[in-house]
Amino acid sequence: MTGPVLVVEAVGPLATLQDPGRPGHGALGVTTSGAADRPAYRLGNRLVGNPEDAASIEVLLGGLVLRATKSVTIAVTGAPVPLHIDDRAASLCAPLTLRTGQTLSLGMPISGLRSYVAVRGGIQAERLFGSASTDPTSGVGPPPLEVGRALAVGDKTSGPLGATDVAAPSSPHLDHLVLRAITGPRHDWFTPEALQTLAASTWTVTSDSDRVGIRLTGPALERARTDELPSEGVVRGGIQIPASGQPLIFFADHPTTGGYPVIAVVLDEDTDELAQTRPGDRVRFAIRRAPVL
Amino acid sequence: MRLLACGDKAILVELEDAGERRQLEEALRRDPVRGVLEHVPAARTVLVRAVSADQVPAIALRLREIQVDGWTTSSATPEAEPVRIRTRYDGPDLDEVSRQLGLSGAEVVARHTGQLWTVEFVGFAPGFGYLLSDEGGLEVARRDSPRVRIPPGSVGLAGPYSAVYPGPSPGGWQLIGRTDEVMWDVTRDPPALLSPGTRVQFVDVT
Repeated sequence: MTGPVLVVEAVGPLATLQDPGRPGHGALGVTTSGAADRPAYRLGNRLVGNPEDAASIEVLLGGLVLRATKSVTIAVTGAPVPLHIDDRAASLCAPLTLRTGQTLSLGMPISGLRSYVAVRGGIQAERLFGSASTDPTSGVGPPPLEVGRALAVGDKTSGPLGATDVAAPSSPHLDHLVLRAITGPRHDWFTPEALQTLAASTWTVTSDSDRVGIRLTGPALERARTDELPSEGVVRGGIQIPASGQPLIFFADHPTTGGYPVIAVVLDEDTDELAQTRPGDRVRFAIRRAPVL
Repeated sequence: MRLLACGDKAILVELEDAGERRQLEEALRRDPVRGVLEHVPAARTVLVRAVSADQVPAIALRLREIQVDGWTTSSATPEAEPVRIRTRYDGPDLDEVSRQLGLSGAEVVARHTGQLWTVEFVGFAPGFGYLLSDEGGLEVARRDSPRVRIPPGSVGLAGPYSAVYPGPSPGGWQLIGRTDEVMWDVTRDPPALLSPGTRVQFVDVT
């Protein structure tokens, strides 16, 4: 514990603290939350020599400015943002030293949505159910960052700084994103055509997507059964089809239960790509049959 | 018991009825299955999340070995004192509920306060407990169009369930009253007033 080390000078649309989240409390209605792009978050911690569960800052669409009141080592990963220490351009995916009085500025990302600022030692925050992650929807965890907030840094280091030449650059964006999925627990609530349409169509991400869910627009998917589904547990990556017939992919802050049928579920490791999809981006699904358990 | 894959890292276990669901949930609590990250009970299902995808087949085998025959009637912890929820029965849907049940407003209140409720499961949002009563008799349909914002502390009915909204949220339940009890408070330990198995007694303070 070293006392305040970073002061927030500016924030963009949203900046929150995130870590691996708080699984294990779904029976209390508490969702997992945690970093939306988990590989980018973990890379940041590795670069600054932190354990993989140290709290970092998840920055939506850049705009964050931090001033160091003590010398500190940081790394910025995820959506590629123009990065500056004072007026000098700085590298992404590399450990950087921010000296006392210097400011770190994240510009608007060229592609993607969410960048991560990892700090050597981890950001200190109160943990609820074992996690410092902010779930703005249900008010669990520390509030989103605001101008003037001072952040203390912990002593959660676990090793030396990472070498920059092992840092993977973010993958290039293709014309459309392909997400692998398997048929969901309620795919039989839909017409056979609906499942074909889901697999054969190119879907567009809408602007009302957030950490709760990624909303898609495309052809309407028709149900074979129209009775009410009793609420049941849902997972990150579950593709729920509400009354509108337009898919909603549950994301990091999804409610623990949902009352509409889940037609298919995106493989867990592919859901991280959703953290970087922007409104207007196009998505396709590669769907295979669920295994018989 | 039917096991349905829910992605590559979870199994949705579908059960015949709420009794079987309680038994499975109790078994999972009493005797945790190796490789299970968490389980999320709901009306007639339990979602079982695995730590990793390669553990799913072994978890499925273990789940199949758990005996459920639905013989339990209640998940209540009988020795525990019920949580008392002081409620003003002045909700905007009290008339609609009376009409659906063919009872007077006073009779609806008497029935709601006159039986013990038990938290069947918690879902939707932190602290939102789905309450079932042993005696039943207050089954109503949801509203045709959900409300955009329901104030915290609203006491509602939907299907066989009653619940108290912990925070402001949208919702389609029939609202019959309001309480000042805080259902979810992160500064409290535990933050949730209601957890599965908690017994609840509504008290009329209109």
